[in-house]
Amino acid sequence: MISINAAVIDLKRLELLADLDSPIHRLDARAKVLVTLVFIISVASFGRYELARLLPFFIFPVAIAALANLPPFYLIRKTLLISPFILMIGMFNPVFDHTVLYQIGQTEISGGWISLASLFIRSLLTVGAAFILVGTTGFTAVCQALERLGVPQIFAVQLLFLHRYLFVLADETGRASRARELRSCGRRGLGTVSFGSLAGHLLLRTWQRAERIHGAMLARGFIGRFHAHRRGYFGGSELCFVVGWSLLCLSLRTFDITTTLGTLLTGVFP
Amino acid sequence: MSHHIVEVKHLQHTYPDGTIAIKDVSFRITHGESVAIIGANGAGKSTLLQHLNGCLEASSGQIRIGDTLLSKGTLPDIRRTVGMVFQYPDDQLFMPSVFEDVAFGPLNLGLTDDEVVLRVRDALERVGAGHLTAKPPYHLSGGEKKRVAIASVLAMSPDILVMDEPTSGLDPFARRQLMALLREFQHTKIFTSHDLDMVLELCQRTIVLHEGVIMADGPTGEIFLNDALLAACRLEKPFSMQGCPVCAGRNGTEKTLQHT
Ligand SMILES: Nc1ncnc2c1ncn2[C@@H]1O[C@H](COP(=O)(O)OP(=O)(O)OP(=O)(O)O)[C@@H](O)[C@H]1O
Ligand SMILES: [Mg+2]
Repeated sequence: MISINAAVIDLKRLELLADLDSPIHRLDARAKVLVTLVFIISVASFGRYELARLLPFFIFPVAIAALANLPPFYLIRKTLLISPFILMIGMFNPVFDHTVLYQIGQTEISGGWISLASLFIRSLLTVGAAFILVGTTGFTAVCQALERLGVPQIFAVQLLFLHRYLFVLADETGRASRARELRSCGRRGLGTVSFGSLAGHLLLRTWQRAERIHGAMLARGFIGRFHAHRRGYFGGSELCFVVGWSLLCLSLRTFDITTTLGTLLTGVFP
Repeated sequence: MSHHIVEVKHLQHTYPDGTIAIKDVSFRITHGESVAIIGANGAGKSTLLQHLNGCLEASSGQIRIGDTLLSKGTLPDIRRTVGMVFQYPDDQLFMPSVFEDVAFGPLNLGLTDDEVVLRVRDALERVGAGHLTAKPPYHLSGGEKKRVAIASVLAMSPDILVMDEPTSGLDPFARRQLMALLREFQHTKIFTSHDLDMVLELCQRTIVLHEGVIMADGPTGEIFLNDALLAACRLEKPFSMQGCPVCAGRNGTEKTLQHT
């Protein structure tokens, strides 16, 4: 189960990326949160059969990741990790939806396949954008920005605790499964029986540990408010960033750039 | 300053599973005292310490820090006064980087950014962890974690320092460094330890805990001379009081080996 440990460390790496320094990192967290929200809403609000018009949206994650010096392969790998879940959700689309939408030669492409592909791309875009937001801002700062944007404090803090708890859970899981693996001598341990008790044990352990960590936070003066050390200032560059990207997202959402570009190109080169 | 008095009266703690970890403990520690709480594994040392800043709630009894009775309403103030280093640093470090972790307390105290940076740097320097600032806490070695955990408490400049086994897991140099640091700390300090030599060097007063009861409370020197008491509490004399095994010949050697 080394893989669990590795996955955790990998997740924490995302958090560490937020400590890099780049023009994007230096922007106020609120600007990045706003743009990411606009982006996600624009992408998610497309119809279920939309495919071509989604493609230009890749410019946002690619541009931001490049400007922020985030490691591209790491991000791609992380984002692709969610693909099994998307497939699980969209699995039945091709089964139930046989409306033929396109025809390429003899092959008919049904609406089901198109909607699955569309779901896939939309998920990649939104999750990728969320990862990039955390990687350029840090989760604490994101929650703080949400709070400063008017989300009730209690929700923002809950979100933070959830995020921390995830790490605690993953940490304890890694340790417990390592201990089990070391003592099961390469065999399967006691199989499902030991796995069941391991899971129960784990819940109690993470609970206790989360409680102790909460105790340590209280001991250091925590009163339900998180502070990020990068102090925010919403200035001109933030304004440009928000207005620029929002305009781009909204125009990509309202105008069909792909077709226009296509007709233009085919018009020029018949 | 009556500020730094710690008074515990008839403290009792029963864990939810019925374990009675502390049975009727009372003591009073005055300003500037340096007190060690020693005892065998499971004697209740950690349990006792966690009451001093309200991490555990007493089943019965009272705790007074300065003039303030510890209760729900006074907890925030008390936690500002009492700085606590836990036995397991993993429970104490929770932010994504060492810097942010040490800065967590000072930020909660409402200091300005510049002050916070100064305090963090100073605290990390003092425990010899200045080079670890940018690292994530989960990538540190056991002793490094311990040092960062200590720094995270020092950065809050507490009036009373409470430490649960501060030297466990530290290398000899870091242990010396910590001892020098503790000697420098002028305010009240209370710690538990199995490092009896450190106790002998740093504490004028020692409280011996055994199965949740105070067996002795007095000058450290006297306590370590009481062989019967030490044996009854699964303790022994500090190495520095046992005589040099090499010079003392065979007897001494056997004795030391037995205990290592
Ligand atoms: N959460 C808990 N639930 C039930 N019993 C507990 C719990 N934590 C500790 N105990 C029990 O309380 C007693 C005192 O434990 P404590 O941790 O205070 O010992 P300690 O003196 O710090 O020992 P050590 O030197 O090993 O750190 C032990 O018998 C232990 O088994
Ligand atoms: Mg203990």
